[in-house]
Amino acid sequence: MSITELIEAAAHEPVTSTADGCLKCNVCNTVCPVSRVTDLFPGPKYVGPQAQRFRLAPGSPPQAGSVMPVLSPDHTVDLCSGCGFCTNACPAGVRIAEMNSRARAQMRADRRPHLRDWLLGQPDLLGRVGVPLAPLANAALRNRAARWVGETLVGVHRHAPLPTFSRRSFRTRWSRSRGRRLRAPGSADPERSVVYFHGCAANYYEPEVAEAAISVLERNGLEVIVPQQVCCGLPLISNGLYAQARARARHNLTTLATFARAGFRIVGTSTSCTHTLKAEYREMLDLDDEDARAVSGATWDICELLLDLHERDRLDTRFGRSDRHLPYHPPCQLRSHGIGLPALDLLALVPGLDAVDLDLDCCGVAGTYGLKREKYDIAMAVGQPLFRKLRESGADEAACDSETCRWHIAKATGIRVRHPVQILAAAYVAYAAAEAEAAGAPSDG
Amino acid sequence: MGERMLTPDVLVIGGGATGAGLLRDLARRGLRCLLVDRSDFGTGTSGRYHGLLHSGGRYVSKDPSAARECIVENQVLRRIAAGCIEDTGGIFVATPDDPDDYVDAFPGACAAAGIDCDEIPVTETLRREPALSPAIRRAFRVPDAALEPWQLIEANLADARAHGADAWPYQRVVAIQRDGRRISGVTVRDERSGASTRVVPRMIASAAGAWAGQVAALAGVELMMSPGKGTMIVYNQRMTDTVVNRCHPPGDGDIMVPVHTVAILGTTEELVEDPDDDETSSDEVQALINEGEALFPALRRMRVLRAYTGVRPLYRDPAVQGPEASDDGRAISRSHIILDHEARDGVEGLISIVGGKLTTYRLMAEQAANAVCAKLGMSEPCTTAGEPLPGMGDSRAHWLGHRLAEHEDRGGGDADLICECEMVTRAMLERFLDRRGPCSIDDIRRGTRLGMGPCQGGFCTFRAAAIMAERAPDGHTDRAAPGGSASDPEGALSTFLNERSKGTRAVAWGRQLQELWMVTGIYVGVMGLEGSSSEHGGEATEDHGAVS
Repeated sequence: MSITELIEAAAHEPVTSTADGCLKCNVCNTVCPVSRVTDLFPGPKYVGPQAQRFRLAPGSPPQAGSVMPVLSPDHTVDLCSGCGFCTNACPAGVRIAEMNSRARAQMRADRRPHLRDWLLGQPDLLGRVGVPLAPLANAALRNRAARWVGETLVGVHRHAPLPTFSRRSFRTRWSRSRGRRLRAPGSADPERSVVYFHGCAANYYEPEVAEAAISVLERNGLEVIVPQQVCCGLPLISNGLYAQARARARHNLTTLATFARAGFRIVGTSTSCTHTLKAEYREMLDLDDEDARAVSGATWDICELLLDLHERDRLDTRFGRSDRHLPYHPPCQLRSHGIGLPALDLLALVPGLDAVDLDLDCCGVAGTYGLKREKYDIAMAVGQPLFRKLRESGADEAACDSETCRWHIAKATGIRVRHPVQILAAAYVAYAAAEAEAAGAPSDG
Repeated sequence: MGERMLTPDVLVIGGGATGAGLLRDLARRGLRCLLVDRSDFGTGTSGRYHGLLHSGGRYVSKDPSAARECIVENQVLRRIAAGCIEDTGGIFVATPDDPDDYVDAFPGACAAAGIDCDEIPVTETLRREPALSPAIRRAFRVPDAALEPWQLIEANLADARAHGADAWPYQRVVAIQRDGRRISGVTVRDERSGASTRVVPRMIASAAGAWAGQVAALAGVELMMSPGKGTMIVYNQRMTDTVVNRCHPPGDGDIMVPVHTVAILGTTEELVEDPDDDETSSDEVQALINEGEALFPALRRMRVLRAYTGVRPLYRDPAVQGPEASDDGRAISRSHIILDHEARDGVEGLISIVGGKLTTYRLMAEQAANAVCAKLGMSEPCTTAGEPLPGMGDSRAHWLGHRLAEHEDRGGGDADLICECEMVTRAMLERFLDRRGPCSIDDIRRGTRLGMGPCQGGFCTFRAAAIMAERAPDGHTDRAAPGGSASDPEGALSTFLNERSKGTRAVAWGRQLQELWMVTGIYVGVMGLEGSSSEHGGEATEDHGAVS
């Protein structure tokens, strides 16, 4: 069942009430990548449905004379990385990872946000500051002394896989090449166009991912509309800052819902952003209104959309040959979409390309989790089997749909990791080059 | 072993809240006292109530004197037993079906009884308690709270012991001898070893509650109790952090009390002949839920852990109400009465305390102690209202998260948890066993909450039984409790599981039914456990546990 169907089915059951389903069977504990590597995290059953029974409801009145009645008294829940394996594995439908996220938000509600979490929660803010200062900012991110200061003062681990700022944001590049014109829903055909949600990573750090996606979509006859947007808010949700996340969500919903209701598909290149649009606005931020439902139903992950085109014989499958082995890691967020592994099916269309699922659960970074001083070692330990298998594969490149996973895996292994859509874009280019060569060859010879 | 003989000043019969409070009171006045209970302490009415420390709001219209007693004792207990209380506060909410005249008169009636009562806006109430029905019309805040009975009883007994008293569980009064008008002795039988003790007290105070008629009968005194059976349902999670009462004349299914990790919906009311008639029928459960839905519309979708039935110690004074009074239990006053059997029946040396409710246990004990002292020609004053009970920690109320917070402060994790649901650590269990000595797993439950969570003992029973077995000296069985001995861990285990499963019979649907099958799978399928409590010796103590 896809996540949108799951949410429809569970529409009347708040995340915290699903704790009622727990039969204590321990299946969640057997799939948790974090509790496997550290005793600091007692596991999803303990911090999830078990601890939930000890948490006061968010609206609870203060109790006179009690010992500091905080809403959520446990701190170990903060070590949940939010990968979501427990939720996916639970046979009783307990939404464990989501419950943990809420508990973290309750914990944060009891005190002032940590500067580090506040910063990591806002990649858009970082991007707006960092991109204009890219050469300086990138030098600082590579500077050991600066990173030591960052670890000591801010709490971002000195070896954490931070991306480099692009010299120009994707939006700047896009408006320069295509003009500043913003398409209104009425001026385009929803059948022949899509709305692109680039998110922060493609905008500030990896415009090449956005451009690869756009080239692939355009190659398939789809006009790409890039509407006004802000960060999806997931990093804020993961850091327990729900109020700020809600503000961003409302902003995005206002714009995107207009397109969604007009029948446009919304496509994203970050599995995390698309999962947020599909599920978290409704389930975590309680924004389950008409706008949120429309956007949730209209949102597609880029590979999900391309595979759908292919299944309807609308995908241009003229890919250039690429004889090589390509290890692929499906990110945890993608699994939460409940859409299978569409990237693998698409990559199989490239002649000669042997794309293989690494078949290991989590790389460890889980968004901003593995960047944090106190969690970096856990993130590295979680990812170790994946890193080892990737190194042993002998490949010089791997594919993965989620940006933070790509950065983490690349940093840990030294192997280049790209989005599957970049591989597909390159394969289209290779095909065109081969065609041109074939066409040009006789005249040359 | 020959029969022991003891000559205390006072023998207290019944180890519920009233008996324990009476023992404390008498001991503090300098009397040598012994308390006996046929079972573990707090296994009768006290252990099967809904966990509510009344503000008195429930009684303001029909029983104003009971309401006044409640609020006075409510304030006393907040002072002397703070550690047993979660100060949840309480609200009375009016649904569209509740009579306007009752609702309009409610705040005034509270004021007349001395109960602080503020009307709070409906929107504010719903913001704080979003599971409440959005149809509620009005809401009034009162000083209700949640009160833990077993800890309260333990603390009273501990203080009594510190003042020279003794209290024995599993000692049943089997005979009361008379020498003419005067009671000459009592025979007490140890339910575990069968040994008898002869007790020759100067006075007997029967705090046997709903069983007071049976005790009186042993002394040849006719005392007609009207036991009022009440059923309650335990929900897996607290859907409210405040006590919620319906603002109407007291009826079924109109109180929800958040108690520790659970919420308890109460109650039904049915007069029964036999105080041991504590069967919970699924009809009662359905009736409760039907009524409860007026307060919490989603009730039917929430997981129910168990249902249990307690028996109110109601007494209908034939002189006041006449023997032909109605069979409506709610018409009988919740106030208590001290019966002096010398004046009433011409039998010297025996008083009974009947009626009342847990909230006013201390007042009942005080008045009973006054009566005893008067008989013994003493005039020592009562000190129980002024002196905090021992073991109340820093005298601050507990709160829902305290156990999880404390566990996390000690490092957290599940490695050390014996009962995962209620977070009972090995250290907590060992401390209880050190204090209590050989006992049943059900005793451990009352002392620690082990086995009271969603799996109802599924994952903790075998662990607890193993720890008991580890600690048992070889061949040591004589002091073991009925319902399982330390040297018979398998018996202890199956007795406890059977007791737990008994309370789930009337609510075996949905998630709890799945859990039952899971637990059955563990014990029968994996461990190969067979049979029932009848095979494994000993009757369960059959207390469902108010706060179970």
